[in-house]
Amino acid sequence: MNIEKTQSILFAGLGGQGILVASGITALAAFHAGYDVKQSEVHGMAQRGGSVSSQIRFGKKVHSPLIPQGTVDILVAVHPRESARNRSQVRPGGVIIDPSIPNAEEELKNKWGNLYLLGVLSHYLPFSPEAWHSAIRSVVPQKYLEVNMMAFARGTDRIL
Amino acid sequence: MSGNEAIARGAYEAGVRVGTAYPGTPSTEILENLRTYPGVNVEWSVNEKVAVEVASGASFSGARAIVAMKHVGLNVAADPLMTLAYTGVGGGMVVVTADDPGMHSSQNEQDNRFFARFAGIPMFEPGDSDEARRLTRAAFDLSERFDTPVLLRVTTRISHSKGIVNLEEPETRPGAQRIPLSPPKYVMLPSFARQRAVVKLERLSGLRRETEKWVFSEKGTGDGKTGVITSGVCYHYVREVAPDLDILRPVMTYPFPDESVKQFAKTHEKILVIEELDTYLTDQVRALGMEVQDLGSWWKLGELDPDRVAKMLGKPVCEIPVTEGWPAAAPVMCPGCPHRSTFAVLKELGVEATGDIGCYTLGALPPLNAMHTCVNMGGGVSHAFGIEKAHGPSASETTVAVIGDSTFLHSGITSLLDIVYNGGTTTTIILDNSTTAMTGRQHHPGTGFRLDGTPAPAVDLETLCRALGVNDIHTIGAYNLDLLRRTIKEALARREPSVIIVKTPCVLLKREHKMPYRIDRDICSDCGSCTDLGCPAICEGDDGKYIDPVLCVGCDLCRQVCELEAIQVIEKAL
Repeated sequence: MNIEKTQSILFAGLGGQGILVASGITALAAFHAGYDVKQSEVHGMAQRGGSVSSQIRFGKKVHSPLIPQGTVDILVAVHPRESARNRSQVRPGGVIIDPSIPNAEEELKNKWGNLYLLGVLSHYLPFSPEAWHSAIRSVVPQKYLEVNMMAFARGTDRIL
Repeated sequence: MSGNEAIARGAYEAGVRVGTAYPGTPSTEILENLRTYPGVNVEWSVNEKVAVEVASGASFSGARAIVAMKHVGLNVAADPLMTLAYTGVGGGMVVVTADDPGMHSSQNEQDNRFFARFAGIPMFEPGDSDEARRLTRAAFDLSERFDTPVLLRVTTRISHSKGIVNLEEPETRPGAQRIPLSPPKYVMLPSFARQRAVVKLERLSGLRRETEKWVFSEKGTGDGKTGVITSGVCYHYVREVAPDLDILRPVMTYPFPDESVKQFAKTHEKILVIEELDTYLTDQVRALGMEVQDLGSWWKLGELDPDRVAKMLGKPVCEIPVTEGWPAAAPVMCPGCPHRSTFAVLKELGVEATGDIGCYTLGALPPLNAMHTCVNMGGGVSHAFGIEKAHGPSASETTVAVIGDSTFLHSGITSLLDIVYNGGTTTTIILDNSTTAMTGRQHHPGTGFRLDGTPAPAVDLETLCRALGVNDIHTIGAYNLDLLRRTIKEALARREPSVIIVKTPCVLLKREHKMPYRIDRDICSDCGSCTDLGCPAICEGDDGKYIDPVLCVGCDLCRQVCELEAIQVIEKAL
């Protein structure tokens, strides 16, 4: 990964699918890993079951919180419809992590399926396991921490 | 931190004592975060005008105060704001306006930077979260130094983007001493106000010198011939797509830094102004006699982003066609939403519903299509009465006003009073879901709790409407279609003002789900009665309609509309 260049990750799903949790964890992990990071999302009316997306950009110095068109390095989509809708934003050679990857459909039946996708995402990002774990601990409520950690671990264990 | 969290942090660091707001996207989280800091007295005010008044009272008496609202909230609060520019402040006072370019969650996209100029008060425009914190803090100092309220103008993209924020220790301020109120300063009788108008003018000339200190200038990597003047988040878009261009970035955008801009324009062959919404900066650069490249007006619609800014700057843009067949999923009322039944009945009765702002505005969308106006907070009640005034009392048999509980308390009460006072017979339906739902379920004077979670006296809507002079009042639940239909029909026919309070809490408040329902495929004829309710739990599958048992909360409406009795509670079906 070229860390001189700002990296862009797009998270997409429907309201209530944990998109903002997943992107919040990733942004915090980038911060723990020592990068400048910006995250952008829209609240309010868009949350009432509509399409929800969150953009993360990290690198040495990030300017725009919004990703320029067609330059997404990694798309993380929690819903097949939102994956289809957003894949044209991925740059040539970019990565798509969505319900079509092995086990994802099964994992996404649980509320913590988004953490499985984050585990898979972690393979592509230069953040240490500690950076990820402390980010998850700060975002996920204690009550659900264990199931979320396990889902994340299953994602990281996946052989690429 | 998000921009909103950073503003709260900045206010805390500045030793703010009082914070007020009415919830409104994208500003809501400012007060929600401010309440987490010690020593700040926060409140959800009844509306934005009251919020500004409470904050200014605190300020007059010597305390630092912040008041936050969405852009259209400042219209409601404009009355006190305009004259606060005359009175000035005691303790520092900061007014936050969160504009919504692109109307992510708003009814218009007005550019509130013009309010600063209109009122004659200084304005800061931060470009990201860390700057939002710093400028909020600086705004309090500026406010006290120049004896003026300060406008802090952010946009959705600032409010809801997160970035790294450097924290500073809060100021150690002695407990705010109460300042005696000086009548010539605070009683705006014409004779006093004329004196304060002079003060205001003198203050502005001081601020014109001050604003020159709040300008950032950056050399690009290019030939230095083209210069860009920009502010707020747009600066970051310009820097992203055009590292070659020189940039002049005013942070205090009112008063406008004339001298810095003249200097910048003189040293560049070509000047471009990149700004969102309106030509606020452009007009002022042109007023100095400087030539600004004409960018047309296409960019005035909607929010800017790196690609649109690249286009404005004449840079190459990667054009991605919208993926056909995959439109963005539209927002809908939640499964079990207590608003759904009212709109289903209104649609069936074929009446026109003049509406208002909240989740229930979604009643205007297919398949319900049952709201016909929505302009501003509290407006729907007055619209219905206007129709009656124009077309006589019989018009009120085919028109109904629909308004939410929080919106009614914000500014619907006066409209209902107007109907009673002026002899109207219009029917008003108050959709009382016991919360301010659309902005994320905030408390209001009817919920029995305050922003800080402490219990509060809950206003009783029936008693309130009765006190206004309404005698025909019905409070009913949301999930009985027959009762709703009958009550609405009778109220419409009655030649007196009626109020129907449809009282059922928002489904997101309690999350107590009853047994889900199922559709018996052997009975279902796919007539579409149930899907006409627009419930996201009712899905189209390969074998016809089915109810998603995870989404269904068992509100029973679909069972009531199914003439074939094909819909049953799962438990009973087994």
